[in-house]
Amino acid sequence: MEIETKNIKQPNLKDRFKTEEYMINMGPQHPATHGVLRLILTIDGEIIKKVEPDLGYIHRSIEKMCERDSYQQIVHLTDRMDYLSSHINNEAVSLAVEKALQLEIPDRVKVIRTIIAELTRIASHTLWWGVFGMDIGALTTYFYGFRDREMINDIFEETCGARLTMNYNKPGGLMFDIHPNFVNRVKDFVAHFKTKLPEYDRLLTGNIIFQKRTKGIGFLTKEDAISFGTTGPVSRGSGVASDIRKIHPYSAYERVDFKQPLYHEGDNLARYKVRIDEMWESLSIIEQLIDNIPEGDYQVPTKAVIKLPKGEYYQRVETARGELGVYINSEGNKNPYRVKFRSPGFSNLSVLNHISVGSKIGDLVAIMATLDLVIPDIDR
Amino acid sequence: MSYFSDIYHGIKSLLTGMTVTGKYFFNARKEIITNQYPEERPEIFERFRGEVVMPHDENNYHRCTGCQSCEIACPNGSIEIIWDRVVNPETGKKVKIIDKHIYHYSMCTLCNLCILACPTDAIVMSNNYEGSVYDRTKLTKVLNKPGSKLHPEVKE
Amino acid sequence: MNIALSTNTFANIISYFSENLGWGIWGEITAYSIIGIIYLIFFALAGLYLVLLERKIAAWIQLRIGPNRVGPWGIFQTIADALKLLSKELTGTIKADKLLYNLAPYFPIVAALISLSVFAFSKSLQAFDINIGLFFLTAVSSVGVIGILLGGWASNNKYALIGAMRSGVQIISYELSVGLSLLTMVLLTGSLQLSEIIEVQRTGGWLIVQGHIPAIIAFMIYMIAGTAETNRTPFDLVEAESELGAGYHTEYSGMKFAYFFLAEFINMFIISSIAVTVFFGGWLSPFGITDGIVWLQPLWFFIKVFIIILLMMFFRWTFPRLRIDQILTLEWKYLLPLNLMNIVLMAIIVWLGLDLSSLFN
Repeated sequence: MEIETKNIKQPNLKDRFKTEEYMINMGPQHPATHGVLRLILTIDGEIIKKVEPDLGYIHRSIEKMCERDSYQQIVHLTDRMDYLSSHINNEAVSLAVEKALQLEIPDRVKVIRTIIAELTRIASHTLWWGVFGMDIGALTTYFYGFRDREMINDIFEETCGARLTMNYNKPGGLMFDIHPNFVNRVKDFVAHFKTKLPEYDRLLTGNIIFQKRTKGIGFLTKEDAISFGTTGPVSRGSGVASDIRKIHPYSAYERVDFKQPLYHEGDNLARYKVRIDEMWESLSIIEQLIDNIPEGDYQVPTKAVIKLPKGEYYQRVETARGELGVYINSEGNKNPYRVKFRSPGFSNLSVLNHISVGSKIGDLVAIMATLDLVIPDIDR
Repeated sequence: MSYFSDIYHGIKSLLTGMTVTGKYFFNARKEIITNQYPEERPEIFERFRGEVVMPHDENNYHRCTGCQSCEIACPNGSIEIIWDRVVNPETGKKVKIIDKHIYHYSMCTLCNLCILACPTDAIVMSNNYEGSVYDRTKLTKVLNKPGSKLHPEVKE
Repeated sequence: MNIALSTNTFANIISYFSENLGWGIWGEITAYSIIGIIYLIFFALAGLYLVLLERKIAAWIQLRIGPNRVGPWGIFQTIADALKLLSKELTGTIKADKLLYNLAPYFPIVAALISLSVFAFSKSLQAFDINIGLFFLTAVSSVGVIGILLGGWASNNKYALIGAMRSGVQIISYELSVGLSLLTMVLLTGSLQLSEIIEVQRTGGWLIVQGHIPAIIAFMIYMIAGTAETNRTPFDLVEAESELGAGYHTEYSGMKFAYFFLAEFINMFIISSIAVTVFFGGWLSPFGITDGIVWLQPLWFFIKVFIIILLMMFFRWTFPRLRIDQILTLEWKYLLPLNLMNIVLMAIIVWLGLDLSSLFN
């Protein structure tokens, strides 16, 4: 047996001073993971060499439970996936079922759904803004974000009956009509929030430390954003026009005029700015719709037991985090044969290792915050 | 010179941030959003879904016929109805009555499907938001009061 | 070392015990112990109330009410917290280095309390008027970091270790800026003795006015570096809770944790006191309005300290946290060159006699 000797290197000076990589567990209980995400980090000093997300700590088999439930019952389970855009999740399932049943949905339902969806988006982004500030050390943003979110939650509570897991949609329309105070409250909120959004910018966006912490960090190219399947603000921060509201308009998005914010830098700051701009766009959508909610029924009658025709149905919506796809495979029974949710958080998480290698621990926290992960959405 | 202008803009941006927090600091009395919960009660809206209850009127009548629609509509199995058939002495027919309308609060997701399913409006959502108890068994509730009867107006 | 204790309140106490009572050396020891205990109690309470102040200010900035349950306006909240921490179990990790782990919390608190002895709270209220006062302060206050390093190393926790290493890097860098910015002012005073520095300001106006431009630059650098010295936001990446959980004191509990915590707040008091002494005339009143009234002197001192602490708390609740490499960039690329330039500028001003001390004569 011949021993290869030429490949064995003598340790030179550089190798002797080599530092040792070590593993560290970030999570499942860690303040920066916003839930029970576990990241196995390989670190060299402060520099991240590898990030391995370990999922499954909050897996509740929602997709399997959907196979057991009737179509009305599926809706409330989707509240618990991405709880920050619960209304949009509900809407996705309702739209899929309505598409399968070929129901004609009244305009009133469409407009109300759109307004509440945009309010949900603002609520989600204000929470994200507060938590992002907290992740990079500015603890005060958290309270300012929550102050504004609280007003939206009050609107939801008054109209939908719950603050977070609203379950306001059902296949065929809405559960109740809007509360008489709804329009006024929404107008109050829009007026209030228009004074507070510039404050967000003054407190955080312009701040030199914030700029240093976000600019050029977590760089995601346009090609990578597409190939990793990222959607939502993460992809729009890299210049991918991925807004489902524009590509496949649903509900009342055809009749409103709004831009989809696009930034081409692909870094943390771009993703941050996309979300801030989205809040402005959501405000403008709400303003366009709130004054002319059409009269009409708030639901169309459906059978007590909904049976979808045999076939496959797919509906895409734009949640606060990106594209949510609902795939329903029906065998013609009252329960679906298979339900699959294409959740935005899962695809967005997949870029984490790619964009955070080589940066510091502090950057990883900031990157995770700009990906805006909701762990139940990833695990389902 | 960009070295010094960087410093200048940096300090300026920091001061801009401090004006925001400073504004709130000096107006701290007016802007407080804390709700001191046990003393100050939060504003609860009438549609708020806190708990399923079965309203009884002053004659201890409820409106539940025991049709089990809510039990079927419930996605989590949090409603269980134990029912019986008795002979109505007036008409001589066999009537379905509820023995116990059992509600597992611990399993309920407050989705409102049972309320929508109920044909006689026998159950409603209450605004109770203080649902915590010290003993898990207390979360299993019997909604119909002892000795209560079906309201005579409600038909089968 | 020349210890001047002549016109001092504490000197009077010592002489009362040793001479008037005739206890001799034992009287001196008794007097020193009494002074020490007074300092300990006063600054432990001051530290606790700084914690309360911080919580209140944080609350007001964040639209909250803050502690309001224990006592009126929550004034006994932090005392209750301290009592709770006293009664808590002292936990530790299995493979921790027991000796170092238990030793570490004492470094920051002892270093902080030693530094306090040098300050002149009024003309006669100074325990230890040493002629190398400022030097002593910078030397002693940097001992505290040893405790942080030891604590992070000995607790056998990776998060704690990362925090400790960050703290070592940070404090070694920023000691330099603190020292140099104080040195700039020493050029003007010509003395390191704290009572002497205040005496200079009594005749020539506060140093920040006397030294005008370089003094203001030195003050700004000092505030930045001082905030970094106390490990507070935006330089709190030693315990950055969103990154490291709790940093170097992750594995500490009970009173050991309280020592770290209290030391942080006493350090904040020390940094502010140095700033007040060196830049804002110590116990001197503005424009000399109440210089004659002796009992107002400590009051002025504490008012000024309070204002500077307020500023530091404002920083904490407004700014995001810097990253470790940015902290070093800030120090070595911005603060240090500026500081060196500033020293030259100050030297020129002192040399040409351009300072504004003549205004006040």
